[in-house]
Parts: sequence; structure tokens; C-alpha cells
Amino acid sequence: MKFKLKIWRQKNNQDKGGFKTYDLDGVSSDMSFLEMIDVLNEQLIDKDEDPVHFDHDCREGICGMCSMYINGEPHGPLRGVTTCQLHMRSFSDGETITIEPWRAKAFPVIKDLAVDRSAFDRVIQAGGYISVNTGGTPDANEIPIPKTVADEAFDSATCIGCGACVAACKNASAMLFVSAKISQLSMLPQGQVERDERAEKMVAQMDAEGFGACTNTGACSAECPKGIDLSNIARMNREYLGAKLSSGK
Amino acid sequence: MNLESKIPEGPLSEKWTNHKFNVKLVNPANKRKYDIIVVGTGLAGASAAASLAELGYNVKSFCFQDSPRRAHSIAAQGGINAAKNYQNDGDSVFRLFYDTIKGGDYRSREANVYRLAQVSVNIIDQCVAQGVPFAREYGGLLANRSFGGAQVSRTFYARGQTGQQLLLGAYSALSRQIANGKVELFPRTEMLDLVMVDGKAKGIVARNLVTGKIESHSAHAVVLATGGYGNVFYLSTNAMGSNVTAAWRAHKKGALMANPCYTQIHPTCIPVSGDHQSKLTLMSESLRNDGRVWVPATKELAEKIRKKEIHPNDLSEDERDYYLERKYPAFGNLVPRDVASRNAKYVCDEGRGVNETGKAVYLDFRDAIKRDGEDTIASKYGNLFDMYKQITGENPYAQPMKIYPAVHYTMGGLWVDYNLKTNIDGLYATGESNFSDHGANRLGASALMQGLADGYFVIPYTIGNYLAGEKYEKVDTDHEAFKAAEKEVKDNIDKLLSIKGSKSVDHYHKELGKIMWDYCGMSRTGEGLKKAKELIKDLKVDFWKNVKVLGSNEEFNSSLEKASRVSDFLELGELMVDDALHREESCGGHFREEHQTPEGEAKRNDEDFAYVAAWEYTGPEKPETLHKEQLIFENVKLTQRSYK
Repeated sequence: MKFKLKIWRQKNNQDKGGFKTYDLDGVSSDMSFLEMIDVLNEQLIDKDEDPVHFDHDCREGICGMCSMYINGEPHGPLRGVTTCQLHMRSFSDGETITIEPWRAKAFPVIKDLAVDRSAFDRVIQAGGYISVNTGGTPDANEIPIPKTVADEAFDSATCIGCGACVAACKNASAMLFVSAKISQLSMLPQGQVERDERAEKMVAQMDAEGFGACTNTGACSAECPKGIDLSNIARMNREYLGAKLSSGK
Repeated sequence: MNLESKIPEGPLSEKWTNHKFNVKLVNPANKRKYDIIVVGTGLAGASAAASLAELGYNVKSFCFQDSPRRAHSIAAQGGINAAKNYQNDGDSVFRLFYDTIKGGDYRSREANVYRLAQVSVNIIDQCVAQGVPFAREYGGLLANRSFGGAQVSRTFYARGQTGQQLLLGAYSALSRQIANGKVELFPRTEMLDLVMVDGKAKGIVARNLVTGKIESHSAHAVVLATGGYGNVFYLSTNAMGSNVTAAWRAHKKGALMANPCYTQIHPTCIPVSGDHQSKLTLMSESLRNDGRVWVPATKELAEKIRKKEIHPNDLSEDERDYYLERKYPAFGNLVPRDVASRNAKYVCDEGRGVNETGKAVYLDFRDAIKRDGEDTIASKYGNLFDMYKQITGENPYAQPMKIYPAVHYTMGGLWVDYNLKTNIDGLYATGESNFSDHGANRLGASALMQGLADGYFVIPYTIGNYLAGEKYEKVDTDHEAFKAAEKEVKDNIDKLLSIKGSKSVDHYHKELGKIMWDYCGMSRTGEGLKKAKELIKDLKVDFWKNVKVLGSNEEFNSSLEKASRVSDFLELGELMVDDALHREESCGGHFREEHQTPEGEAKRNDEDFAYVAAWEYTGPEKPETLHKEQLIFENVKLTQRSYK
């Protein structure tokens, strides 16, 4: 297969950046999207040109590191997969493919397609945990949890923190990411003690990081490679409102 | 050098309890006077960093990824073992200990493995308290499954994403300590050297991967939780960034590397599709519970399948060879990983492989679907079938899956004593980066157990014993040892950048991987290993002459990162070959063709090789020195594994 690749190149955080077009031939339909970029990079290195920088690690759809905005969609045209699980058979021969980094104020570009997502880490640090120290915990089966509750909490917990939700949103809102963690912990009995405080602190940090407000369009959930449901956002809003009411602030 | 394993006195079941009582403690008010560096944020690193910070130590945590949550523990699918015996099916600490020792083909330490089994129960309690959503029964209690041929159901799981959920649990504990100011996080930062002062580990030199800045960090102790080195094979199920650099640089500073040749090759991975392949994807072992492994009965039939002249579904029963069921009637498709892998290689070497490259066998669900219905199979393996279809473009409900073994885990690693301390004072190694618990072969669902056992429940006790004897004053990073290490790191980077050769880093990595896979992979021979040694030597010379690394140090430079890692893999590869060559026996993941039973099974030599091979670096291009730690078995009887 043959492709015309329009790729965002930006030397560093200070650089303005811009698109550069590359012709790539001899692509196999069995290649993953990132392997296709690997092939391009080998050719660039051969010509003494700086290879395209992008974040990637596990290449099996679970670490959440890959982050490409492909033809106007985070992780490309297929639903429910990350860029590393996208294969070239999903594209047609001769196609022009446009590849950009995540675009969001809270995710500054580091180089080319790699962005800084440490804002997500700081949101989790604000309260995305249950405050238990190692040791001294009760026997695991002393906390029975109805299967339906455990399964629902699990659905929220499958978020991989890639940031596609932010990239998909016109307002670059992080509501889906933040709400997935708040939901998971608010549903479980272990998470009850810090429930109010957690919702307040995580939302405050989310705002402080410069993420936008929810557009209510649902693009985040539609583009989420793990199918995190929009109902998480509704639950987060309820948690937040409840916390505000009970704290009287 | 005398390798002291420091195994405590007393009966096996009381060693850890006694040891915990006997170790020196650091007064709670004094813990804040000690700094600890933890490199790596996977299960072993994040759990250690969080637990040490909770105790009051000041922790600096490093990872090369953009966030601690990306560490490759996240990709573990199957589950985590624990001797809870919730299923009332006869499990116990002793049984988990016994299974692990036997599964490791009697090449691990009894005391370490027993402790692992003991603390396994605490891990599950800890994770549940953190909010890890394990699978549950309708009554609300935790569910278990049997895994990897175990005779009891002791595996806890979270769908096919157990590693992810456990890592996010450890990451949340780590995040809490970052918020508390007890952990300082350094993401996108790679350790490039260990700093020693007066023979003790006192810090590290690291490179900021975004700016290229070389920075020194001083501490009272250093914990390496840097994972395995499977990427020495280029193609493996490891993440792209997984590397040996931190451990290898520590090795070059004097830390012994133990049993480096013990590699686990996982039998059920998606086969290589072409030269572009960058990594291999594991399909959970659980698939072998229902799938039947086969290849065509003859070379001719296989040839026709490869040419797509016939379809596998059209082959009659006697045209199929269910070789595992035929050779191992008792265990059938559920034989251990090493046996399943090796047999796949044999049938493909005979020319009966079924994909274009000839390196694949079938894993067929036809009979299971006929027996249980497609819905039942979908409910068990739906996500795996979807993933398979996504990668290969083929529908496993309608035709057999193709699988082939791939490098998955490395049992070898830095030598550590019972306290997880290397032979260097102040330097510890946890999780996959150490060698300690899995012997020559790791059982399924035991990697997660070991990573968390080391981080949550072992190192927090044992490191205090060392720190209690250390002065509070920290070595200043202006100290000459730091300056010398910084210079060495910079010189090495300059050297890589100055070669300006003609071949990319990936070229060398692929070449090395091919040598390792062909000669030091599933099946090894003395002759092949000797050849590999020569090939690696030549490749290494060529690398330092002709590698092309563009750009500069002072920028985000992925080629430079890779070059530095591959240069270490080249050296490690040579040591792995030496280790495999010297071990004149077959055990677990190490199969020497010269040493097999008449039935073609691994033949151990307990008389001469029941020891840990710990290698000491002696200088560039010099052969390493072998030190032996004899393994003493007082509680189990050594037997030949048999799965017939």
C-alpha cells in the first residue's frame, strides 16, 4: 500500500510547528499504524532527517501512552481501539492521512506528536485514591461487594488515561477521565469515607489544570478506546453537587 | 567473593516471622532523615515507593514513561496467585510454595519462595482495600480461577486486565504519597548509572529524556525495580521501552547478574506477520483450557495450507495432528509453558507450520464451540477473540487461531539475598529485575504476586535493617563519585552521537534479536551458542563503528535513547550466551538439546548444577567471573517433572 502522510512536526515546546508531507510506499496491510510510522522513521533516518517523535510503549492497547490524532479523530477511524491496535487495513491504498498530536491547552506539545499529559497525574494526586497504608487491612472477603456493583466499578476502572477524551472535546474537557475515577471509587464501599472530599478536590484540580467545561456532545465517550460511558460524567456531577451541598460551600 | 544468601535460621514456616523480629528498626522520627531512590514504577516499584513513603522515608521515584501508570505491569492479563484457599479446594501456603519451587524446576531458593507464598494473602487484602475491582461471585465475595494448569483455584483476576487494575492500585497509593510530599516523581527520566561511594550505593545519574539534562541524585539507598530484559530478543511481549539499562549499569558497577539465560517463552502469542513487526502480542494462556493445538499431519498438507490451496477447516480428523494431546495424554493442551512452546517449535521445524512464514500452529476452538456454543466461548474469551481479529484480520470463531511462542518474561536478573539486597550495600532489586523467586521457569499469575510482594511487604522491612546502620548525612552530588559517573554517562552519549555511521539503531537491535532467538531461545546447543557468541561480538564491533544516531543530547531524542539501551543489550546478550553455554543441563526455560531424556524432555543435572549462577563484571571485553550459590533443598524432594 501507498500513503501520503501529512504529519505535524514541531521541534520542541517553543517551536511553532507545522505540517510536513511524506510519501510512503511498500506498506503492508498487516502493519499496525505505529509500525507504519516506524517504517517512515527508518527511511527518514536513512536520509539524515529527524525521525517523527511519538509516545508509545506497550503496543497492545493498555498502557495508554500512544496518542495520535488521525484524520481528525483521536486514535483514528476505528472505534474501541488505541492507535497501536489500529492496522493499515483500516485505510485505503493511496489515501492521504493527517496525523496530529492531542490538541489541548492542558497537554502542551513536547515534540512532534508527543504531548505532556502530567495534568492527568496531578488530578489523580488530588484525590484519586483510597487512603490506606500498606498493611493492617482487613481480610479481602470481609468487604463483600455485589457483583453488579463490582462490575460497574470495573467498567469505570478500565480507563487507560490516554487523553483521547480531551483531544476529542471541542472544549478540551477532561470530564470523562476524571469522572471515571470518581465513579469507580464512589461506587465501592471502600471509597465511601473520602467520597465528598475526593469529588471536590479532583474537580478543583481539573479546573486548575486548564481543562475546559463539558460540551454535552458526548464526543469523549464516542472516541474513548475503552468505551468509558457518559453516565460517569452524570455521576461525577451528582457526587460533586452532593459534596458541595453537604460541605455548605 | 562469598555469596551470602542471608537466609534466616529456623524452620521454613518461621523464617520470615523470626527475621522480621530480628531486623533492626529505624525509629519513626528518624525515617524522615533517610532518602531512598526507587527506579521504575511498575508493580514492584510503585508499591515499594508508596510503602516506603508511608513509613516516613523520603522517596524519589523515576520512570522513563510519561507517567508512572504506563509501566509494563499494566499489560499483564491473567491474574495474581494467592494462597487464600477461599475455594476450600486444598490450597495452602505450603502448596503454593511447593508448586512454585517445582514449576521453577528446582532452581530457586526455598526460603524466598516460601515467604512469597506467605505474603501472597496480604497482597489481595491490600489491593481490595485500595479499591481494585477484582472479579466477584454473586454472593459478593471474590472469585478465583485455576490458571496455568494449577490443581487448585488460587488465581484472583480482574477480567483480562489484572495487571492494569493492580498497577492502577499501586499508582494510586504512589499518587497519594506524591500529594503528601513524601515522594518526588521524575517521569520521562532514565537512570544511566549507579553511583558508589566507599563501596556503597549512594545515588544515581539520570537523563531527562525531554531536555537531555544529565542529573545526579543522591540517597541513602537505591532500589531497582526496572523489570525484565526480554527485549534483548527485539521481538517480545515486553513494551517497546522495556530495557536492561539500569540493571546492566549497576552490574557494571559490581552488582552480580544471576541466571541471565533463564528466559520464559510464552506459547500463545500472535505469530510474526512480517519484517515490520515491532512487538508481539500475548494471548492469555487461559485459551488453552478450551482450544486444541494442532498442525497438519504431513509437510505436504502444511505446504498446501501455506499456499492457501486448502483451508484448515477442510482437513479431516486424521489429517490433523493434535500433537500435545498425542504426546502428553495426561495434561494435553495444558502442559506447562516451556513444554508447549518447545513442541510448537519442533513441529514448525519439521515443516508443518501453518502461516506464510512457516512459524505458526493452530489453536482451534471448533470443538469447544460445538460443545458449549458460541455464546459460552464468547463470554469466556470474547475480548481476546476481538483482539486477535483486530490484529490479524481473521475471525477465530470461524477458523482456527494461529499462534506461536514469544519471549515473555526473564527469570534471571540481579542477584539478591533474602533481604532483596544485591551484593552491593545499599542497592536493592525487586520484581522482575531480580532473579530470586521463579527459578528456571515462572508459573502463570506469579509475576504480579512477586512484584507486589517485594514492594509492599518485603522491602519495607528489609531496607530498614540496612538504613539503621547508616549515617544521616547524605553524600553531596558534588562528590567526585557523582562527577565521575556524570562524566562517564556524558562521554558514552557523546560517543554514540559522534559515530555518525550508516545503520540505524533498530537495524542492530533486530540483528541481535535474531541471533538470540535462533541460538539462545527455546532450544539451545553448545555449538549454536558458541556461534552466537562470535556473531554478537562482531555485531557489537560493527555497532560502535557504524551506528547512526541523529540529533543531539540536548533534546527529546528517541534514537539516542534506543542506542543507549541497545548498547547494553549487546553486552547482556553475550553474557546470556555464556550462561547458557556453561549450564550443561536442561531446566525450565533453559533447554539444551544435548541434555534431554529419551522422550525429549528437559533433563536436569542436580548433582552439578543445583546452584545460582551469579556473574561478576570484570571489565570491557573481559570474560565475566562465575560465582555459585548452592541451592539447598530441605523441604522438598527433587523430582523430574513429568506431564505424560
